[in-house]
Amino acid sequence: MVTEDEVQLRTDNVCLRFGVVKALDGISLDVKPHQLLAIIGPNGAGKTCLFNVINGFYRPQEGEVYFEGQRITQLPPYKIAKLGISRTFQAIQLYHGLSVVDNIMVGRHIHLKSGMVSGAIYFGWAQREEAEHRKEVEWLIDFLELTSVRNRIVGSLPYGLQKRIDLGRALALEPKLLLLDEPMAGMSRDEKEAMARFILDVVEMRGITIVLVEHDMGVVMDIADRVVVFDYGHKIADGLPEEIRNNEQVIKAYLGKPKEA
Amino acid sequence: MDVNYRQSVAMLRTRSQWIALGVLLAFLAVAGRVFPSEIVDVMNMMFILIVAAHGLNILTGYCGQISVGHAAFKGTGAYTAAMLIVRLGWNHWVALPVAALAAGGAGVAFGLPAFRVGGFYLAMSTLAAQFILPALFLFAMPGIVGGISGITVPRPAIGDFSFRIPENQYYLFMPMCVVMTIVARNIARSRTGRAFVAVRDNEPAATIMGINPFGYKLRAFFIGCLFAGVAGWMRVVYDGCVRPDIYPLMGSIWMLGIIIIGGMGTTIGPIFGVILVRALNEMVLMLSPFIGGFFRPEIAIQMGAGLGLIVFAVVVIVFLVFEPRGLAHLWQVFNERMRHWPFKYEPG
Repeated sequence: MVTEDEVQLRTDNVCLRFGVVKALDGISLDVKPHQLLAIIGPNGAGKTCLFNVINGFYRPQEGEVYFEGQRITQLPPYKIAKLGISRTFQAIQLYHGLSVVDNIMVGRHIHLKSGMVSGAIYFGWAQREEAEHRKEVEWLIDFLELTSVRNRIVGSLPYGLQKRIDLGRALALEPKLLLLDEPMAGMSRDEKEAMARFILDVVEMRGITIVLVEHDMGVVMDIADRVVVFDYGHKIADGLPEEIRNNEQVIKAYLGKPKEA
Repeated sequence: MDVNYRQSVAMLRTRSQWIALGVLLAFLAVAGRVFPSEIVDVMNMMFILIVAAHGLNILTGYCGQISVGHAAFKGTGAYTAAMLIVRLGWNHWVALPVAALAAGGAGVAFGLPAFRVGGFYLAMSTLAAQFILPALFLFAMPGIVGGISGITVPRPAIGDFSFRIPENQYYLFMPMCVVMTIVARNIARSRTGRAFVAVRDNEPAATIMGINPFGYKLRAFFIGCLFAGVAGWMRVVYDGCVRPDIYPLMGSIWMLGIIIIGGMGTTIGPIFGVILVRALNEMVLMLSPFIGGFFRPEIAIQMGAGLGLIVFAVVVIVFLVFEPRGLAHLWQVFNERMRHWPFKYEPG
């Protein structure tokens, strides 16, 4: 058993129902710091629902979510973000009217201090702050290889780049825990490899804990430290990638039956 | 070339931009003295409208919260100023910030429904402001608020320089408009402005970045109506009085039309919008006797007046259909063309 201080995120018997549909049925999960945990499962298994519960979009009917020992179940999403939980979306959710730089600058929101008045005056304090945080943003833009599109409006950029901007914005918040919802969905082989490299680099450089939802088993088995499998709102398996690969129940629910010889 | 981040985030980045600004400011500095009084008067009205339009642009253009009560919030500022100056004998200059804050406060009060509703429903609740506030101007405590005849307000003066005639008012309104334009731009490009756009473009995605959407909607209402309050104070100086009919529903609709034509969510947009709409208006006023001449004398005046509204409506519709991003976007495309000239520019 892990002790309390070794667990960064804990969901305790979380149940989420929409009418009679049980989207999550008693999900208990411990995520240790600096770990890359992958959640897999068929469509509708409740993976994204769990993300929405963790970052406060949904309130579970039962169960609690703890982040670094603090109960966050009833907090609104923007307060959970301030604690250091950031996420990306399966369907890209960017600010279409802003440039790449400004999108990622929004990710710095909780780290900037200037309010309405200092913003209105701008010169001096707000300007200095703006330039300071630009450094961090430009570092991310370099890291994610977005330099050439830095000042473009994001609405017109291709899908793969938008996915990266989404990741950049989530990283700009300097999260302790990052929830990635299918970061590689709909990508080409090359783009997937690039994205996997970004994720692994982030874990190594920043020591962020990552919870990843992904369908590409190859990617998951390669990069995850631990894999959790969902099916119909239940957790059906939890273990090292090799264990999961050979787990009977998982094979039945998700990977498909091996061909009879 | 940008050599550091401070330069890269600066408003004016090239030498030609600084020269253009210099020329513009020099023109504005002398315009009040070289143009005939009627034209200066039109420009004064434009300055007031630009300040108000900046406010609505922050609220609707940047933060995406529609308001059809902007004239009423302007009226709140105007009436607060008038009552403070006339009933309490306050100094004009002290009344200015208080009037602005009063309008901002009214904006926040009527912006509260934004917690639950948006779009059409929010439009309805701000429409309530447009009916309640002018009703208060008209009916509440006529002894103090002034009732149907309003309040006559003396013009302010600095020493011997009285702001009674348009040529002198110009040198009050022009600098105020310049300052408020800079303030609007500063808000838009700093943390608060980015949060407004985030809330407008994608509320859930704004929330997960630690932005409290409701808090920022209320801030947008506050700032937007603060601008309206300043414009209201300017209008009191301009008119030398307040009357309930100066701040009608049509005024609010005009405001929305102005920022649509100019381009929502840009700082230059409201300026373009006001100039175009007022220029059209003046043109229609000049043409209307001529057009009226085609009709029987008893309907000539109505035809002339109605024409103005029809032209306004047609221009708004044309912009919504062909250039929903407004004059500001045309300006952007033009700038890019010039930058790439003589090579071809393909808008991205």
